[in-house]
Amino acid sequence: MGFLNNLINGISLGSIYAVIALGYTLVYGIAKMLNFAHGDVIMVGGYVIFIAMTSFGLNSWISILLAVIACTLLGIVIEKVAYKPLRQATSLAVLITAIGVSYFLQNMALLIFGEKPVNFTSVVNVPSLKLFDGKIVISGETSTAIVISILIVVGLSLFINKTKSGRAMLAVSEDRGAAELMGVNINRTISLTFAIGSGLAAIAGALLCSAYPTLQNTTGAMPGIKAFVAAVFGGIGSIPGAMIGGILIGIIEILGRAYISPQLADAIVFAVLILVLIIKPTGILGKKINEKV
Amino acid sequence: MALLEVKNLGISFGGLRAVDEFNITIEKGQLYGLIGPNGAGKTTVFNMLTGVYKPTDGTILLDGENITGKSTIEINRAGIARTFQNIRLFKDMTVLDNVKVALHNHYKYSVLTGILRLPKYFKTEKLMNEKAMEMLKVFELEDKAELTASGLPYGEQRRLEMARALATEPKLLLLDEPAAGMNPNETAELMDMIRLVRDKFGMTVLLIEHDMSLVSGICEKLTVLNFGQMLCEGKTENVLSDPDVIKAYLGD
Repeated sequence: MGFLNNLINGISLGSIYAVIALGYTLVYGIAKMLNFAHGDVIMVGGYVIFIAMTSFGLNSWISILLAVIACTLLGIVIEKVAYKPLRQATSLAVLITAIGVSYFLQNMALLIFGEKPVNFTSVVNVPSLKLFDGKIVISGETSTAIVISILIVVGLSLFINKTKSGRAMLAVSEDRGAAELMGVNINRTISLTFAIGSGLAAIAGALLCSAYPTLQNTTGAMPGIKAFVAAVFGGIGSIPGAMIGGILIGIIEILGRAYISPQLADAIVFAVLILVLIIKPTGILGKKINEKV
Repeated sequence: MALLEVKNLGISFGGLRAVDEFNITIEKGQLYGLIGPNGAGKTTVFNMLTGVYKPTDGTILLDGENITGKSTIEINRAGIARTFQNIRLFKDMTVLDNVKVALHNHYKYSVLTGILRLPKYFKTEKLMNEKAMEMLKVFELEDKAELTASGLPYGEQRRLEMARALATEPKLLLLDEPAAGMNPNETAELMDMIRLVRDKFGMTVLLIEHDMSLVSGICEKLTVLNFGQMLCEGKTENVLSDPDVIKAYLGD
């Protein structure tokens, strides 16, 4: 039963990674850049919920909604200020800028909220499930994370494949120049991508901080990096890939922690990244990238 | 008034004068050919007309509106659409969705309407589907609507590119080597389709082509480019028998 419990915990953590990985994968697929500040947007979302609930006494739903709005706007602003001027720059310049934005967000949070972690009150009030006479306990946070991540993947796939803006995103992701010549507004589409990715980061923040209830300025950094590993593992640019990669990384991390060594759990996750890059650089569901000659 | 009026168009890349003193006047409904040896600057002219390159000199008037130096999107909205020399379809999207992307600016609903699937979403998507299917019918692709674009045979991919370009509802359609890589049968079908597009949509077409059977078969007027300079222009039969043109193509 211990194994099953660990597996469920792994799927739960993996679901959170999946939601974060979706943000990475969307932005990479459409804007062709790695937004390393994505993890820190999660932290901002966490603080917005924390403040809304503790300082203003708002209920959890309104707090989450505020966090989604705040992060969506933050995503749009980050893109406009930091990345848009670099549309024609080398990918290295954009990558370094993204790391800069990441440190900026972390240090702004440090300045405003201090270095002391705060206790986050869970936003989930779903009762825990007890199976097999209480031998397996699935907490409300766990089941919520799993359900929410599935809803998000399905919703996002429907949005991208079935709506006008989604089709524009797909077109830009395939051939930016051709899309522009067909009348698709590239700037607007990239802006929308950042808005959606950052909005999802706020939801990931709510789930993450509910499951692991301490919040500080670096809260988003490690999960952000691991979700990036998950996105690469699943095949960066692919939505189902992000989901599969996220859940597998979550399971690997929790099982590694339980059966190999708690200290080595993170190392195992990154070893997986190295293995994936050696064996199948495009990830599980990634497409072969045809370089133009 | 002419539909397209280009005066003294020129562009330099560093020290290289790629196109110089380019003039062209195209009347509404005309089938116009732009020909010349490889590297003459034909595609560069297309890139200037569509705003991909900003011309260094000259003016471009489309239906009386000055579109010189405008962005690609503004020019697309003003009414110029194009196909590409190397096919640039959205390969992983369906045939239908390729056309629907091009309908983007003519059918509006907000992002939120799309997320929440309000009645307007279903209504607009239905109209878009009907319009896109109509375009596909013209190019005899209606049975392939749900296939992935990359799965189409070469000739059909070229036709899909034309359907997609026309879906943006342009005034002027630019075709960059539409017959490239086609066999004589496919080229003959393509010529029928270009004529059909002109007659059915009242479209004005400017095309770049190396296939002389297509050029002499459908183009009413021609302009010849050589080393970025205009060599001659006029009625197709006169241009093709011009000694300078023959020399530029065949050498001395």
